[in-house]
Amino acid sequence: MPLTEASVPTLWRLARVIFDPVRQQAVLVYPEGVTLLNDTGAAILELCDGHRSIREIATILGHRYQCDVLSDVTDYLSQLADREFIRGD
Amino acid sequence: MVGAAGELATDDWKRVFTEARALGVLQLGLSGGEPLARQDLEELAAHAHRLGLYTTLVTSGVGLTRGRAETLRDAGLDHIQISIQDSDGAMADRIAGMRAAPFKDAAVAAVRGLGFAFSINAVLHRANIDRVRDIVELAASLGADRLELANTQYYGWALENRRALMPTAAQITAAQAVADDAIRRYRDRMRIIYVLPDYYEAYPKACYGGWGKVYLMVAPDGRTLPCHGATHITTLRFDSVRDRSLDWIWNESPAFRAYRGDEWMVEPCRSCPQKTVDFGGCRCQAFALTGDARNADPVCTLTPLRTIIDRAVEDAATPAGGYRYRYLTLEPSRT
Repeated sequence: MPLTEASVPTLWRLARVIFDPVRQQAVLVYPEGVTLLNDTGAAILELCDGHRSIREIATILGHRYQCDVLSDVTDYLSQLADREFIRGD
Repeated sequence: MVGAAGELATDDWKRVFTEARALGVLQLGLSGGEPLARQDLEELAAHAHRLGLYTTLVTSGVGLTRGRAETLRDAGLDHIQISIQDSDGAMADRIAGMRAAPFKDAAVAAVRGLGFAFSINAVLHRANIDRVRDIVELAASLGADRLELANTQYYGWALENRRALMPTAAQITAAQAVADDAIRRYRDRMRIIYVLPDYYEAYPKACYGGWGKVYLMVAPDGRTLPCHGATHITTLRFDSVRDRSLDWIWNESPAFRAYRGDEWMVEPCRSCPQKTVDFGGCRCQAFALTGDARNADPVCTLTPLRTIIDRAVEDAATPAGGYRYRYLTLEPSRT
């Protein structure tokens, strides 16, 4: 099921976003491994609290970055959904 | 096998975790033996959590009472992985060598009741692989977030018991179909990982992501290894965190440097384009089956050594006797 702007994304409960002071970047950690995140990815995932929709997340980030990020946010979370890190309800 | 007196003390482990974090380690598996045998487990988990490590407890479930699970949760443990041996209770006990079912039921009830994220791990082999569908359903009914269906790999005791453990090709084909279907059906509810025995693959696995690349293991007595099979490579000597910093062991120790890069490789790996993908496969398996850890992992169909594996797979088609158990006895420690 592809994600839409109305979807409410939730991070897989076995995964966590942490900031790694050694690599100086955010990482997504989970039982099988690790995925390095860039700042934008980390910012998006930090806003996935199981209540906010993609539209709301994009609105918050749009203000922060001063541009329209809705399709980028939707694409990013859709890719993570394909890898089962994100579930959209 | 190390007795309690030979194990690292609480403060040793805390120092090791601190050094690991400074090295850039992100995930910590608390394993064993049985980690719950240590009464300081909760203190160690709390220290790891404070360091920002993602912590997983890998346990049989024996000893995981509600009280301990609660303290572990409060200490910040991220994830628990509980092993089961089979969906069939009698066979499960036979494989475990003990009547484990009540302990595992209690462990699962404890973690579920506390809302812990948890995985179930089931090692597959000839005696239970036909029940893989039942094992999947059991894990789902227990509320696992994740299920690892890991076909036995053949080192140590499993290698001694290989003839009794190796599934037949027909069993493998059937189990793969069940696993593929289950992965699809449980998508977004329970993540399922299915690992084939590498004897049934054409190319070897990039074992642990490569020797000394992304993983290290500190044994209960402090000896530090690139993987748990490495002690079988008798030509290597492993340093201990009692004597050296983790940073030195990881970066400088002869054992960790032994199979990094490709200078150590012999043919066919040395000239093979796959070498950057699978690093020649598993050093421990190469050593166990050929006597030389530099050889290609015989699983690889590009090496003439593959005949070793082909004979083992043929052997699997014929019935074998009972199991040789690893009985828990203390041995004098070996440096």
